[in-house]
Amino acid sequence: MPILVNHVTYKYNPDTAMEKTALDDVSLEIKEGEILAIIGHTGSGKSTLVQHLNGLMKATEGGVYFDGENIYSKDFSLKQLRSNVGLVFQYPEHQLFEADVFSDVCFGPRNMGLERKEVEMRAYTALKQVGIEDEYFYQSPFDLSGGQKRRVAIAGVLAMKPRFLVLDEPTAGLDPKGRDDIFEKIVQIREETNTGIVLVSHSMEDVANYADRIVVMDHGKIVYNDVPSNVFKNYKHLEEIGLSAPQISYAMHELKDAGLDINPDVYKVDDAVSQILEAFRK
Amino acid sequence: MIRDITLGQYYRAESVIHSLDPRVKLSGTMIFLISLFINDNFIGYGVALAFLAFVIAMSKVPFKFMVKGMKAILFLLLFSAVLNLFLTPGEAWISIWKITITKEGAKTAAFMAIRLTFLVIGSSIMTLTTTPNNLTDGMEKGLGFLKVIHVPVHEISMMMSIALRFIPILLEETDKIMKAQMARGADFESGNLIKKVKSLVPLLIPLFISAFRRANDLATAMEARGYRGGDHRTKMKPLKYKKLDAMAYLVLFAYLGVIIGLKVVIK
Repeated sequence: MPILVNHVTYKYNPDTAMEKTALDDVSLEIKEGEILAIIGHTGSGKSTLVQHLNGLMKATEGGVYFDGENIYSKDFSLKQLRSNVGLVFQYPEHQLFEADVFSDVCFGPRNMGLERKEVEMRAYTALKQVGIEDEYFYQSPFDLSGGQKRRVAIAGVLAMKPRFLVLDEPTAGLDPKGRDDIFEKIVQIREETNTGIVLVSHSMEDVANYADRIVVMDHGKIVYNDVPSNVFKNYKHLEEIGLSAPQISYAMHELKDAGLDINPDVYKVDDAVSQILEAFRK
Repeated sequence: MIRDITLGQYYRAESVIHSLDPRVKLSGTMIFLISLFINDNFIGYGVALAFLAFVIAMSKVPFKFMVKGMKAILFLLLFSAVLNLFLTPGEAWISIWKITITKEGAKTAAFMAIRLTFLVIGSSIMTLTTTPNNLTDGMEKGLGFLKVIHVPVHEISMMMSIALRFIPILLEETDKIMKAQMARGADFESGNLIKKVKSLVPLLIPLFISAFRRANDLATAMEARGYRGGDHRTKMKPLKYKKLDAMAYLVLFAYLGVIIGLKVVIK
């Protein structure tokens, strides 16, 4: 069952001099098993939007529905929603607090009131899912490398077995190796468990490689909500709102303009290579 | 919830109070606090209230903002009022079973509540209308004479300004960590006291770690830019008294005069 965001408006500091509309009439549907990327300039409202998905922020106007139920209604359990919609914040490693990696990952499932055995099973599975080896389980999370810390933090959310995993800039500040590791795990998790993934990102390259659908935000509004090829067609408009298309899109458009017979709307490097090769073979 | 603490938060607006020299506002706050404690009659508090209302109106800061700061000390306020109410010896006024409320107790409790309320609102006016940087600049210059007796005025004011500067950052950080832990099912609100205190561990540990990290980074950044503290530092915007400040001092001393006068007359 999907998450439905229905005409949501959110204002910071309403009725003061500092009032700021962060979300402006946003509607969105997120399906299970898809990888949805939300992109936008800093301050476009992406992070605010994802905090509405698990009820951490309450919309000033409009509603959010999970399994068809209004999450703002009185008898709706937000705690349960939060285990179903796992939200991983930016720099999640800053929220680690336990003395060892394993207990930290246990925090989420333990809060769900599960039995100890089940909690430990889930923590173990989650740590394996993000590729943390047994030898690290009883180390202090603060002794790990940046990429490892981040994967432990993601495991902390995964251990609740969420049906949707929302990641706010999961690769910010990581080196290319750490970044690839994380994305690889995310794709794997989707394949294995059919979890819906929401990815907030700055990097067009990452988004192009992994997303099934892209939502582009600007000044609190949704500008595009489409498959990547359709979104990247509008690369000129994307630039106007402070974003860009993947580098390969630019190269393909240049080649097309130079007279090469190719489809300029491919956005993955591999597809582009085969297109160019084919064009030359003709 | 956590953002409701307004103490130490600046509210941007264009007003007479905002444009006053920070030294005036500092001494003004001091004078107001002193006036609250030398005063011992209700007429005096009426005058203090009028003065406070006048300053609030001039400051153009919504009153809502100052009251928000009160929530933080509500417990302290009730606690001290209740203690005073029941534990002050004197002439019995109301007496139920073993509990006696004395006239003096009621009066002290009321005074205590008024003093605390005014005290918090009065000092929030200062912090709401003065940027932390201005405030500590004012403190440094206003207390500069203490350097003669080897008080490290500059260092103290630098520490103050860093501390004040970090209040909003740490509040934001707290908010973020709280949300992140809530996303993992943490519950900060329900349960008994022991459970509540325990539930703070996942909040406090990351907060301390981040505070230390920030302190470390800041120290490095300051040293990298050649900060050596104290003497021979010049200011980009040196503080100078203007006509408005002189007028403000006049108003302040007139107010203090009225309070002292009232005390003498009523006695």
